[in-house]
Amino acid sequence: MLNKLLASLDESERAAVDDEEYAVLKAVAAELPSVKRDVLELIPTLQLIQTKHGYLPRLALRMVADHLGTTVSKVYGIATFYNQFRFNPPGRNPIKVCLGTACHVKGGEIILENFERRLGIKENETSEDREYSLERVACIGCCALAPAVVVGEKVEAYVTPSKVEGIITEIEVRKEMAAREQKKDEE
Amino acid sequence: MKSNKSPEEYLKEHADEARAAVTALKNSSNPVIYVGAATCGRAAGALETIAGFETALEENGITAEIRKVGCLGHCYAEPLVIIQNPGFPPLLYQKIGAGEAGILVRSFLKDGSDPCYEYLIGALEADENFPTLMDYPRYLYEKRVVMAHCGLIDPAEIDHYLAVGGYESLASGLKKGSEWVLEEVKSANLRGRGGAGFPAGRKWEIARQVEAEEKLLICNGDEGDPGAYMDRTLLESNPHQVLEGLALAALAVGAEKALLYIRAEYPLAVKVMESAISQAESKNLLGANILGSDFSLAVSVFQGSGAFVCGEETALIESLSGRRGMPKLRPPYPAVSGFAGRPTIINNVKTLSTVPSIIKNGAAWFLDIGTPDSPGTAIFSVVGEVEYPGLVEVPMGVTLEHLVVDVCGGIKNGKELKAVQIGGPSGGCLPASLMDTIIDFDSLRSVGAMMGSGGLVVMNEDTCMVEVARYFTDFTQGESCGKCTFCRIGTRHLREILHSITIGEGLPGDINDLTEISEAVVAGSLCSLGKTAPNPVLTTLRFFRDEYVAHVEGKCCPARMCRTLTAFYIDLEACARGCDACVACCPTESIFTTSNRKKAIDQEKCVKCGECVYACPPEYDAVRRVSPPELIPDQGVEPLPENEKEESEA
Repeated sequence: MLNKLLASLDESERAAVDDEEYAVLKAVAAELPSVKRDVLELIPTLQLIQTKHGYLPRLALRMVADHLGTTVSKVYGIATFYNQFRFNPPGRNPIKVCLGTACHVKGGEIILENFERRLGIKENETSEDREYSLERVACIGCCALAPAVVVGEKVEAYVTPSKVEGIITEIEVRKEMAAREQKKDEE
Repeated sequence: MKSNKSPEEYLKEHADEARAAVTALKNSSNPVIYVGAATCGRAAGALETIAGFETALEENGITAEIRKVGCLGHCYAEPLVIIQNPGFPPLLYQKIGAGEAGILVRSFLKDGSDPCYEYLIGALEADENFPTLMDYPRYLYEKRVVMAHCGLIDPAEIDHYLAVGGYESLASGLKKGSEWVLEEVKSANLRGRGGAGFPAGRKWEIARQVEAEEKLLICNGDEGDPGAYMDRTLLESNPHQVLEGLALAALAVGAEKALLYIRAEYPLAVKVMESAISQAESKNLLGANILGSDFSLAVSVFQGSGAFVCGEETALIESLSGRRGMPKLRPPYPAVSGFAGRPTIINNVKTLSTVPSIIKNGAAWFLDIGTPDSPGTAIFSVVGEVEYPGLVEVPMGVTLEHLVVDVCGGIKNGKELKAVQIGGPSGGCLPASLMDTIIDFDSLRSVGAMMGSGGLVVMNEDTCMVEVARYFTDFTQGESCGKCTFCRIGTRHLREILHSITIGEGLPGDINDLTEISEAVVAGSLCSLGKTAPNPVLTTLRFFRDEYVAHVEGKCCPARMCRTLTAFYIDLEACARGCDACVACCPTESIFTTSNRKKAIDQEKCVKCGECVYACPPEYDAVRRVSPPELIPDQGVEPLPENEKEESEA
């Protein structure tokens, strides 16, 4: 399946597939045969790929379309319609800033801006080193704890600009500690 | 495989077992610690609390059981912990972090003498030594029907639900027949809690009367309204109540297949429901020949991918069919021809969660609660600037004022109530003068708001209503599926105009344009997303027109929220020499020291986040906020010369 896909690409498209994307595509090609060939499975299939790999590589959409017997445009239409799907790999520390009503009223936009400034990326972007990605979400349902931010799996409540600094510092410190541990082990 | 035993006899076997297990836990000679660990509790740190208890118990050599329960709805007090210590009534504690957990273990569980009154809310049962929960207005005024067991039972164990009489309604429904269930819900006049308020029984009857090979029942847990989370709480805290309601509805309709449509953003809810389904199946409360009857129901979970428009029935069905969630013209109504042409009933989580109590207590009991046209209770997520935010269940028919002031403690920090936004993006903003409005489906609609899914955001004088309208329009614009031109393009125009007003570029004709476009969007949209999208704009225009005028004509934001129209400065009279609390907190390093060693803000660098307002010690309270920015007085600020700076540091 993967070979068929690669064969269908032109020179420049093929060159754009890096090792990482290739690995994901290979995994997707291995997973797809277990999916029932029914268009009803389209959204669950996309969810499956995203849950496993964190994002939907554009070329994977072609394989999904091929497998389910539908068109790429239709798959793309679905993937862009629903908020859940993303097309670039998330960072190791995905940051989701809640901008539900309560968070908005309590300054969620300001929190988002502070992350953007601190990390040097805009919303829906991933930092170059893949350490962070930033996005806004409509509501995570923690309105009484507004403004809220989800870092990885953890929800941070009552976030303020100085807490943004604290959140990032904490991640950096952990990273540094892990690196030192590893170095110690190696020695 | 019809059996001679009645469904009730079948259930009794399970229930007796469950009661024995739960009673053993209640009478356990070891303490039992219940920690509220639904999504909101976890956000407040419930998992750290649990870890704190575990460590402290081990260090002190105490044997105790820790149970994760759902959410009580008292979000302001999270993480909440109930401790059942032999010799004491069950006690509810608030704001228990890992540190407090350690203290509770040492002082209360180890020494057994000090129940730590400083963290205590009250006892769950009447007791002469402790205040009970009913002594608090929050508990006294609430009427818990749907949320009665939330936060008190372990959602991961079906036994806990069975022990409080769970599935008894299903058993009696199976015994008395589907016709009876339908009639009971119809005469209870249960109106759909998803927002529109269509009577559930009537909907069921339509589907029941259609001849079809297969019928489908869907529980809509795609709560997409920013600011509402009660569906998630019900799914996470009392999953079997939802399933029992689902089974009763399916019985009444004649459906043998049911689907829980849950947002993928609610991973915990999905997990809890999946486990609940398999537990119910293992006890024959779902699946084939439920409780020995000839009624079967297969239940599965479908994860919604996040689209607000999927709250619309036809859009939800489209998304199940692997298509984009775009609403279709009705009729045919889904109750007649829905998913794959089959009669499909879609009910909200709250609606289904209400059904078991109606069947158990009868329609007359339900009609006694609330108002004649909107019987029952309403669940609101009251958030924003109130003292005690959280989930509140009150009988329909109470006033907004009662809900905000009496039940939720009124406005925080002694500020003035300005507006409540009710019903999410489809609802409206009601001013303080309408706080005597009665909460039910029809009264709210008559003032331009909507029950919606029950989101209620309380705003004080610091919230700008134009900005709130812009926020909601931005949301609905992004969620518009694009099918109807008026909704797709009209909401975009509304958003652009509102945006330009909030940045001080509003034009004199804008206010009229907003009204005109809003009316066009209402008239030209197919589904209720478009029909209600202009509600926030229309209600703010109606009740807060002055604010629009101030923005457009005076380039001023009276609430001082719109950042382009606002500026911060430090009052040199109030600022304290040598204090630099604000300097460290400023994310853009825009605060500098003046020549007389006080602080000032570099307006070029300031991003107006307001952090310095909170950082400034209250005894100085020197940061001022003005709108328009030209109001900053000239205080003759000079930066401290470079050479003196070094001196002071040395």
